[in-house]
Amino acid sequence: MTQALIDSQAPIDSRAPGSAQAALSAAETLAGGTLFRFATAGSVDDGKSTLVGRLLHDSKAVLADQLDAVTRTSTERGFGGAAGGIDFALLTDGLRAEREQGITIDVAYRYFATNRRSFILADCPGHVQYTRNMVTGATTADAVIMLIDARKGVLEQTRRHLSVVRLLRVPHIIVAVNKIDLLGYDEAAYTGIADAVRTVTGELGLGAVHVIPVSALAGDNVVDRSPRTPWYTGPSLLELLETLPVVDEVESALESFRLPVQLVLRPQGAVAVPAADAPAFRDYRAYAGQVTSGTVRVGDAVTVLPGGAGTVVTGIDFAGTELTEAFAPQSIALRLRDDLDIARGAVIGAAGTLPNPTKELTAALFWLDPRPLTPGDRVLVKFGANTVQAIVTAVTGRLNLDTLEQETATSLDINDIGHVTVRLAAALPVETFASSRRSGAFLVIHPQDGATLAAGIVTAAGIVTASGVPA
Amino acid sequence: MRTPPVNATDTASPIRATGTHRLSQLDVLESEAIHIIREVVAEFERPVLLFSGGKDSVVVLHLAAKAFWPGRVPFPLLHVDTGHNFPEVIAFRDETVERLGLRLEVARVQDYIDDGRLHERADGTRNPLQTLPLLDAIAAGRHDAVFGGARRDEDKARAKERILSLRDEFGQWDPRNQRPELWNLYNGRHTVGQHVRAFPISNWTELNVWRYIEREQIALPPLYYAHDREVYRRDGMWRSVGPVSMPRATETIENRTVRYRTVGDMSCTGAVESDAASVDAVVREVALSTITERGATRADDRISEAAMEDRKKDGYF
Repeated sequence: MTQALIDSQAPIDSRAPGSAQAALSAAETLAGGTLFRFATAGSVDDGKSTLVGRLLHDSKAVLADQLDAVTRTSTERGFGGAAGGIDFALLTDGLRAEREQGITIDVAYRYFATNRRSFILADCPGHVQYTRNMVTGATTADAVIMLIDARKGVLEQTRRHLSVVRLLRVPHIIVAVNKIDLLGYDEAAYTGIADAVRTVTGELGLGAVHVIPVSALAGDNVVDRSPRTPWYTGPSLLELLETLPVVDEVESALESFRLPVQLVLRPQGAVAVPAADAPAFRDYRAYAGQVTSGTVRVGDAVTVLPGGAGTVVTGIDFAGTELTEAFAPQSIALRLRDDLDIARGAVIGAAGTLPNPTKELTAALFWLDPRPLTPGDRVLVKFGANTVQAIVTAVTGRLNLDTLEQETATSLDINDIGHVTVRLAAALPVETFASSRRSGAFLVIHPQDGATLAAGIVTAAGIVTASGVPA
Repeated sequence: MRTPPVNATDTASPIRATGTHRLSQLDVLESEAIHIIREVVAEFERPVLLFSGGKDSVVVLHLAAKAFWPGRVPFPLLHVDTGHNFPEVIAFRDETVERLGLRLEVARVQDYIDDGRLHERADGTRNPLQTLPLLDAIAAGRHDAVFGGARRDEDKARAKERILSLRDEFGQWDPRNQRPELWNLYNGRHTVGQHVRAFPISNWTELNVWRYIEREQIALPPLYYAHDREVYRRDGMWRSVGPVSMPRATETIENRTVRYRTVGDMSCTGAVESDAASVDAVVREVALSTITERGATRADDRISEAAMEDRKKDGYF
């Protein structure tokens, strides 16, 4: 069981429970506040539960009845000895088996808000099936908080977690050097760890990461900056979470417009508008989907795949409201000038930006199923709104998570990250994950029982020659 | 004291803000929910929406209407009626169905009690009895996808459930064997006999729901707002006086100004004292609340730490 006691002497933030005024101002500003998604990851006993508990507790996300229940259970189990205490792992360990065994089995989602932002926290357990859990949490995260125990420094496991985060292109990486109190808030000790972190992230090509000295137990630099680390001039963890840019919108501005068509809206008389307006919708036809990247405006030239026909956007509808432009991640319906044969699975993109459809691709797979993958296996892959049959034609290697080097492999086992070549039954406009996190990601699905076997990211579209360059 | 993060040590991120964010959290959550609803309608043969007239299912129905505008919502509604529902909620349910021109299927717990397939519990609560009529209705309607308004912030077990949650032919949830849910790619594959529960507002909080009701001016049953009611105190909650929830000899009836934070079976749903008679007043009250909505109002969730998980494993919502 993870040590997780909250120190009642720790500085309490003004938004702590009971601070009704602070909560109200939070609620009042939240109407227009943004949503930020982050995941926590770390090894066993690095204090992740305590950190999550501290964030939730100090931002009023733990309400009185939940705290009562957790306190009662903690006391019944003798947590914290005679002095008592709260086992914050109980807040996120929601399943019976988890509480009985004192382990976290599955990703838990928690929600809290400050006066700047609302947060969705994917709490990913570190020890059981860590790749599966981290992949699940990281694919939807704007940021990942990686915990390091200050007494242990950078471990092999830290390198592994960071390499998963890099492959999945998580936009912001925060390394929280925890238990800094146990090192006497020593600057030199922290600097040594921060340097070691930067060495690893440099090796991984991760570029900049945010490193913060924290004590989840004592509350240092979690919500407020601590007077006990005067040598640290950066933001607290929460300040960082409140100010990092939300990625979908940033990438939207940088990437080309894409709309995978989920379905065609063609009511043909079965309309939900007032009878007087109904005739205007007799021939209504629009293509519904969620913008995955880029921005689209009325009047824009677009290309539709399959087929490659060009047309022009004549309208952008959002439930009865006409928009002049739309961007990721908005769910919209697009009207086009020409009557084209467009069905679910089609992709509408900014003119001239869509790749040529291909049946061949190379990919990295995060294998998540206990059944191994072997070359020749038939699977289903899901790209956007397309699910097609596929054959894994070859397993070309596996990432050694200790050395971070490619090693030869002929099959993939659970938690392996491997490289494969895939042949699709139908040509799709495949894009690389490096060019788009949304368009370059896919699921691998078992064709019979429907299990999700792997998370896939496209490394190259088309047939790859021996030199590694797509032909 | 909070100063902006100047000199964020190692924080020269490659991704920088390109200006203020254009989408509020409600916009993002709304688009996410519409995407999920459209995905389920596109991939499944016979979806159905569990609709009780409660605020969460009302919000899901509103989102569905937006997802398919200007067309009609392309699936029917299903209500499992415990026979202990608030009459004003049933009236609201029927008005809503009529207004939107939808089809409503009703599965009645009372029918099952009458013919002996279910037995009344000693505590009089009918919430756990809903599972069998629900599963029968899903089977009879051959529904392969069942939309629900459950949210992950409601309960610890729900916090671990996927947005698309696979159920076996007994309707059971297997929390230890869930599919990983990756990016915004939802895997709806299922085999004969299995079905999927779909929760489009998984990521919404109670406050998000109320903010959205306020923004979209969504109508709700009147008992969500403060009103005078004859109540008595039991288990720390205000219970409404009614045919299935009579006070014991030791409990006194009082007239109080109350509202309901959740609307369920009358025999186990409590009211809270409140002056919040309008949607903006409710938003303020929810923001200030120090107790969760289920903790405040649901006796059945107090049975044990794992009450919800146990019901879900048996096929409950």
